[in-house]
Amino acid sequence: MVASTQDDGFVVFEHVQKSYDGETLVVKDLNLTIGQGEFLTMLGPSGSGKTTCLMMLAGFETATHGEIRLDGRPINTVPPHKRGIGMVFQNYALFPHMTVGENLSFPLEVRGMSRSDRERKIKRALDMVQMGAFANRRPAQLSGGQQQRIALARALVFDPQLVLMDEPLGALDKQLREHMQFEIKHLHESLGITVVYVTHDQGEALTMSDRIAVFNDGRIQQLAPPSELYERPKNSFVASFIGENNRLPGTVEEIADGRALVRLETGELIDATPVNVARKGQQTLVSIRPERVEFKPEMLPPNAHLIDAEVLEFIYMGDIFRTRLRVAGSEDFVIKSRNTLGQRVMQPGEKVRIGWAPQDARALDPL
Amino acid sequence: MADATAQIAATGTERLTTADGRPLKTALARAQARARRRAFLLVLPLLLFIVVTFIVPIGQMLHRSIHNDGFAANMPQLTQWFAETEPGTEPDETAYAALAADLKAAAEAKTIGVVGTRVNYEMAGTRSLFTSTGRKARKFEPPYRAAILEADEKWANPDLWGTMRQVSRAYSPNFFLAAVDLARDNEGNIVRAPAERRVYVMLFERTFVIAGLITFLCLLLGYPVAHLLATLPLRTSNLLMILVLLPFWTSLLVRTTSWIVLLQGQGVVNNTLVATGLISDSSRIQMIYNQAGTIIAMTHILLPFMILPLYSVMRPIPPSYVRAARSLGASSWTAFRRVYLPQTLPGIGAGALLVFILGVGYYITPALVGGASGQLISNLIAFHMQDSLNWSLAAALAAVLLGAVLILYWLYDRLVGIDNLKLG
Repeated sequence: MVASTQDDGFVVFEHVQKSYDGETLVVKDLNLTIGQGEFLTMLGPSGSGKTTCLMMLAGFETATHGEIRLDGRPINTVPPHKRGIGMVFQNYALFPHMTVGENLSFPLEVRGMSRSDRERKIKRALDMVQMGAFANRRPAQLSGGQQQRIALARALVFDPQLVLMDEPLGALDKQLREHMQFEIKHLHESLGITVVYVTHDQGEALTMSDRIAVFNDGRIQQLAPPSELYERPKNSFVASFIGENNRLPGTVEEIADGRALVRLETGELIDATPVNVARKGQQTLVSIRPERVEFKPEMLPPNAHLIDAEVLEFIYMGDIFRTRLRVAGSEDFVIKSRNTLGQRVMQPGEKVRIGWAPQDARALDPL
Repeated sequence: MADATAQIAATGTERLTTADGRPLKTALARAQARARRRAFLLVLPLLLFIVVTFIVPIGQMLHRSIHNDGFAANMPQLTQWFAETEPGTEPDETAYAALAADLKAAAEAKTIGVVGTRVNYEMAGTRSLFTSTGRKARKFEPPYRAAILEADEKWANPDLWGTMRQVSRAYSPNFFLAAVDLARDNEGNIVRAPAERRVYVMLFERTFVIAGLITFLCLLLGYPVAHLLATLPLRTSNLLMILVLLPFWTSLLVRTTSWIVLLQGQGVVNNTLVATGLISDSSRIQMIYNQAGTIIAMTHILLPFMILPLYSVMRPIPPSYVRAARSLGASSWTAFRRVYLPQTLPGIGAGALLVFILGVGYYITPALVGGASGQLISNLIAFHMQDSLNWSLAAALAAVLLGAVLILYWLYDRLVGIDNLKLG
């Protein structure tokens, strides 16, 4: 899965493999190029190898095979403290026996910076995260969100070119997390630093990233900008991991000119866009996003595919309605519709006709 | 506790009462009194146990260190004479009459030995004087001065009378003076004890130096072990923890004697060294029955007391702190010194205090493997308890030790803070 082959990448993973026990590979042949100033997110379920990749980049784990380059320089043998990479940890890792100011001063002191330079930089970094008044507090006296800001300031205070973030927002509540996502994004844009961000939260990844690398089973499943990842997932894993999707199993009946005819298990023949199916007779999963399915045929383009369905459940969620239907034998086909004027409340058991545009139905490999 | 359901008064200034009109504070105290009484009853057995087995004996010991009525109780008339006359008064006929009467009474009551022993503590070689004169006391006739001096002319010695005057007071600081190598002369001035009797200060110094050295060695050896235990997966570290605790389940005597087996002249270590040719047979290393033996054996025995508090402090420190320090540019040594070590200070303090206090009072190991140069103050205390039977001096020595440990504890609290102590 080589996504980009630019040689001048700021961070380059080349055929990197990692094994802890000598029996299984946690990271299998990772090739990844991250450009200068890019915000790249490693997204994946736990155990997918994303954190291991981050730790190898930070220098806390050594690659079993392959080469990692930072700014053109191989760093496999460079100890962590000489890599000059800022890092934000999941539990913040603020030193409990030091004040906020001392925490920020630490990376500057070990670099032998003069006192006045240190004070200037600490002030600048604290102001950057709007925590200027907290320099004399201890970490334990701060709320989770404030600790998060301090951890961020500490990772940035020594002006690193590359900042790694290991699920930094995992411990915050939803509202604060969304707020911090924007703050981190803005800091990234204003400082022009390169960020490698690890998360298992797809919403976070979609909101913040320039590109997302979806990890599963030690491999990058897809590396793409958020919109492409969401709208054109390359395989069933990516489709199901990013956002919701309806999956209809079937067999490829015909495939030509970027179109595939898929015979569903209940016998219906539908149009779909082939993604990683190539030949006739192949098993496939047709993936359709719940918000791309319509109840009203007049809202659909003329070539839309219409199909009979039965309402099983209707959930009122405020801004949206969530309708679960039986479609072509599948009982968990979901439609999300906006709560607009004139949107009808449906009753279970109601028979309706639903439809979608063929380009929104993507024929993927069976999972 | 239904009566605790308070009815909150509508206006804030009004006193809060319960539903049936009683003041809220009374109701609350009543409601909690039962729970408190029950809690107290639960700890009462332990409290009694501690009072009976700990506080009372320590109080008795402290009392004994300043109080010894071996002379005053058995020589009432002479004690009376000492009380009525000025220090330095020449003993006159009245004094000798009182002495004769007391000696006679004490000899009949068979307490003359107690009196002699008490005087003997302060002035060596006087016990036999009392017992031998006591045997003749029945026949003494006035004038008593001549009679007594005829029995033994040592009674004329003014030093003896000075000493008797001192010991006639049941309460005296003399045992504490003796415990720090001081004494009183006949005029009651505090002077240094005769050179050949100055042993205690040297022993106190040696005890504190050795205990300090053992504490340092325990820290040096225990810190990496505790760190290993704290960073290994729980299953492995629990297994290793059993090895750390194993010595606790073995008798102290067994552990100490096994050190003798290992370290003695013909022991395992020396034999191995000779067999491998590292030392010659004639130059076997003396590793036991001296200070080295005491230090080695005690370090081994006290090591778990250092490892356990260190472990309990290190276990909850996540590895991300050191990682964060490393990622911020600190070398592994700087990360250890500035980030990891400060966070383990409560464990170091607790372990060091524990090992030091235990080491200062250690008795059986130095007694077995210490030889002459490895004896600690506790061995002298035991000697005075069991052999010389000078319990007051033993108590005074123990009280000095207790005082020194309390001062150290206070210093620790001032310097490190007792809140920073974490024992487990």
